[in-house]
Amino acid sequence: MTAARLTAALAWSALRTQPGRSLVAALAIAVGIALGLAIHLINHSAVAEFSRAVASLAGEADLSLRGRMPEDVFAALAGDPDVAVASPQLELRVNLPGRREPLTVLGLDPFRAAALAPQLVGRPVEAPDGGRGPAGGGLALLEPDVVFLSPAALEWLGLAPGDRLPVQVGVATRELRVAGSLPAVGAGRRLGVMDIAGAQWTLDHPGLLTRIDLRLRPGADPAALRARWADRLPAGTRFETPGESGERGANVSRAYRVNLSVLALVALFTGAFLVFSTQVLSLLRRRPQLALLRVLGLTRGGLFALVLAEGAVLGLAGSVAGAAGGIAIAALSLRLLGGDLGGGYFNGIVPALSVSPGAVAGFVALGVAASLAGCLVPAWSAARARPAAALKAGDEETAMARVRSPWTGLACFAAAGALLSAGPVDELPLPGYAAVACLLVGGLALMPWLTARLLTLIPDAWARRPVAGLALTQLREAPGYAGIGLAGVLASFSLMAAMAIMVASFRVSLADWLDHVLPAQLYLRVGGGGETGFLAPADQEAIAATPGVARADFLRSRALSLDPRRPDVLLLARAITRDRPAARLPLVGDPVPVPRDAVPVWVSEAVVDLYGVRAGDAWTLPLGGQGLPVVVAGVWRDYARQHGAVAMAMEDYRRATGDARVNDVAIWLAEGADPGRVQAALRERLGAGEGLSFVEAGELRRISLDIFDRSFAVTYLLEVVAVGVGLAGIAVSFGGQALARLREFGMLRHLGFRRRDVDALLALEGALLSAIGVAAGLGLGWLISQVLIRVINPQSFHWTMDTAVPWPLLLAVSAVLVALATLTSVVAGRRALSVGAVRAVKEDW
Amino acid sequence: MPRRRAAWLLALALAGLAPVPGRAAGPAFAAVVPGAPLSFPRDHGAHPDFRTEWWYVTGWLDLPDGRSVGFQVTFFRTRTGIAPGNPSRFAPHQLVFAHAALADPAVGRLRHDQRAARAGFGLAEAAEGDTRLVLDGWTLDRRGRTYAMDILARDFRLALEAEAAGPPLLQGEAGFSRKGPRPAQASWYYSRPQLAVRGRLAVEGRETAVTGRAWLDHEWSSELLDEAAVGWDWAGINLDDGGALTVFRLRDARGNTRWAGGSRRWADGRQRAFAPGELAFEPRRHWQSPRGPARYPVEMAVTVAGPGGGTWLLSPLLDDQELDARASTGNLYWEGAVTALRDGRPVGRGYLELTGYGTRLRM
Repeated sequence: MTAARLTAALAWSALRTQPGRSLVAALAIAVGIALGLAIHLINHSAVAEFSRAVASLAGEADLSLRGRMPEDVFAALAGDPDVAVASPQLELRVNLPGRREPLTVLGLDPFRAAALAPQLVGRPVEAPDGGRGPAGGGLALLEPDVVFLSPAALEWLGLAPGDRLPVQVGVATRELRVAGSLPAVGAGRRLGVMDIAGAQWTLDHPGLLTRIDLRLRPGADPAALRARWADRLPAGTRFETPGESGERGANVSRAYRVNLSVLALVALFTGAFLVFSTQVLSLLRRRPQLALLRVLGLTRGGLFALVLAEGAVLGLAGSVAGAAGGIAIAALSLRLLGGDLGGGYFNGIVPALSVSPGAVAGFVALGVAASLAGCLVPAWSAARARPAAALKAGDEETAMARVRSPWTGLACFAAAGALLSAGPVDELPLPGYAAVACLLVGGLALMPWLTARLLTLIPDAWARRPVAGLALTQLREAPGYAGIGLAGVLASFSLMAAMAIMVASFRVSLADWLDHVLPAQLYLRVGGGGETGFLAPADQEAIAATPGVARADFLRSRALSLDPRRPDVLLLARAITRDRPAARLPLVGDPVPVPRDAVPVWVSEAVVDLYGVRAGDAWTLPLGGQGLPVVVAGVWRDYARQHGAVAMAMEDYRRATGDARVNDVAIWLAEGADPGRVQAALRERLGAGEGLSFVEAGELRRISLDIFDRSFAVTYLLEVVAVGVGLAGIAVSFGGQALARLREFGMLRHLGFRRRDVDALLALEGALLSAIGVAAGLGLGWLISQVLIRVINPQSFHWTMDTAVPWPLLLAVSAVLVALATLTSVVAGRRALSVGAVRAVKEDW
Repeated sequence: MPRRRAAWLLALALAGLAPVPGRAAGPAFAAVVPGAPLSFPRDHGAHPDFRTEWWYVTGWLDLPDGRSVGFQVTFFRTRTGIAPGNPSRFAPHQLVFAHAALADPAVGRLRHDQRAARAGFGLAEAAEGDTRLVLDGWTLDRRGRTYAMDILARDFRLALEAEAAGPPLLQGEAGFSRKGPRPAQASWYYSRPQLAVRGRLAVEGRETAVTGRAWLDHEWSSELLDEAAVGWDWAGINLDDGGALTVFRLRDARGNTRWAGGSRRWADGRQRAFAPGELAFEPRRHWQSPRGPARYPVEMAVTVAGPGGGTWLLSPLLDDQELDARASTGNLYWEGAVTALRDGRPVGRGYLELTGYGTRLRM
């Protein structure tokens, strides 16, 4: 009891005497916890909302058939003796003029949906005058131009029952009547519901279904039904239970989520490191005091517990603050960015924040654990120290002897190499991340040894001048201090450099790629994210015949489901000639010759990774009912679609599907034609207002790079945080060192050093140390960037890139870091020296 | 025509589809005009140009243990007039509804179930040319003189064959049946009384062979209900002597008769249609619904003047034959098996329909 209280009192006083250091360490942990918890909460909320949406769509169905299919499948399935209710659906992402994001509209048969998912059957709202209501009254449910909107959709669109909703169909705008709402659809789901016949007709998707929900007769076996129908279903459709659908939602965003979480772990790791450095320096400073306590009867275990208790207090304070911050960040992000942090995985889902106490407790525990881990080594070494030796002055260095051996660091590097040769685990680049951690730890462990080696390289001539000589001697003879100070610089700067190199490489590769995929001057897009915007054959002819258009390349893109457990890939049909595919696609490697009678397709790198096909393989695409046999003729790089894309020649696509519609047009202008005039002429011919979007190649390129920069904004933010935390770490280390060297500075003053000379000494030490740290950080950062570029990126996002090092940025940041570190060491030293030379010398006696 | 309208509205409104008053400006529905004679088998089939149509089978089944139960199987077809130009195969040009009920005194109330769907895909069809109705597995088909029906309801199954003894009984003037003071208020209406029923009835997993006697009505029209009428009473009785008695009246808000009609057919095939003034309905005993404000005259004396007339007392198989559809429409009405008594002696069995009691039927 008394021992515990004594431990607590001592721990508290230790933390209080170094408030700055404690604060920074706790802050770093707080940042890590806040980011980690925020990412977890945002994703958890989004997945929960997604699952609710999936559950509400499926209602009480036992089984759903999903995928694009002709409506005959419905008649056949509904007639199966095991099927009690079959509810056909047509789900379309409907383009809204003037809005980027489409609205998901479900066409269904209210008679059949009422049995399975009554919440999806609209409630007509009577007109206030009691007369012919907004939808003309009760038969409203079946009217072809009537839509019922969920509360979230009404709010998003700023509409009320009775209003009109303009939608884009082809290049025309049609008006739907909002006849009422869907009060029982979850608050976070933007959804419209129409009659299925109205959806097929008004939204111009005749004969198409995307889903059939089934309720089976009592006693019927879903597995038997699946097996019975397995061979009779059109290519690209599959059965799914409601559970399987929900699972897919969680999988979609997994890679993205894991990558963000790893960034949060980096911050947490930095926190643990700062706790470590704080505790090492604090223990060095308190060495005599602690030795005295040991002599007075404090046991080794007691001392160990004391140091750990200090760490626990730091960790708890940081974690609790971080948890609060994390919840705030999550709430704000959900409001501003939506549930996928801008990743685009949960279309139409507007999740409400759901905070699970378990997750919060878990993250707090994680923060405390990280802090305790940072304390373990210092606590262990403090507890092992022999009190008699520790009581003497000048003993500090021996405590650090342990970290001077290079073997730990080299072992870590070897481990990193071993990890890199392993493939991804469960499709996540976990070994890659572990390798980064190993490289980082290895780099830190190597630092004291490396510093000592580097310092011996400095010519002796430099050491003749008194100040420089002293600085060098100090650094050479006492590399323990230096190592700790360096570690902060190294950890933060190497991560920052790695990220910078990766992002720059990505951006340069992306810019090259954009040049390749945007060969024309003008691009016309109909219906960005939706499915109801398209150009019919007549529109295409009109475009090609417009004066000023030298050539028009049409592109059809549509989702294709190759594997029910994965997100859809994008099918791109465009003018590709089988002999010169490289004219349209940024091919990676050489194209493979394809037999004349085979249908060639070119797949993106993601398709190779995810579906295991290689150039030259025979393959089947779920097109045209029976499935279309194709041959993989080549692999191309695609930064736009991480779930994969398959390109094929337009004529092959049309032959297989009969679908003559297109979404995008690349337009080459005639010599001397004015892009503005051509746009105006095209608009006039097509007669579409907001539904058509024109963009010039340069603009499209700029927009793409802007989107790139925006999506890496989180990364930039984390970089700044890492560098800031690293700098704070330097300040802490140098301040601590200066305090520990009070006696030395006092003695120097007695020997005739001016205050200026001490400043110069400290500045030189700081500059040398940070220069070494930055140089090592650059090297380590380059190593880590290669892991990011060659391992983690291809494994997470399935694309490759070429390394490009942003030298100006790195050199500028290096210079700033060295300057800041120099300044920091001087300021820290001055503060420490303010106690006066006499007292400083006296302290030792 | 208003007879069965209750059930029609019920079925329609089950799916939230009650038609709107004043929504007359739609496509042109075929009108019921006298003169064109009915022609069979063509007129056994559906008439999709008319707004609404039904095939209505009601009857009594005798169980092996000596007890009797009442049953009804009804198919409705309605033309919505919605988007006639919509080429989608899902387009709701025609809707098909079906309704089945079983009246068992031992249960004390109706067992019932219903279906509704848009016509199409062979899943819900009302065929032209002959009686061929299907709705999600429920079927009613005519084969020669026999109607076959198979109804798998929530808590019973009916698989029956009903054989007609004579030709169709054309109601009104050769099938042209007036339903209100205005000549346009009319329907095409014929009945198949005295259907000899045999088949199987399964309740709670126990299947039994049954025999019985049933009645089929087939009626189609486009005209809306007379605006002064709030409800109607109807009865169709298979007389034990082989004859058939049809009576109906429309009531106004005060309970007075607004229009009446019906017919009597004798076993030898003679037939007489009743004029509106020849019929009198006199409630003898009321039953208070536990579900709402309705008080139904479940025991009714019907007096017919003129040749073949007389007074029949209609006495219910059980009092509670109320159909509860409040969950969807708020409508409650009574459709039940009755015994016809003359001078206290049973002379026939059939069905009585009572609508618009309690509240005016919601349309």
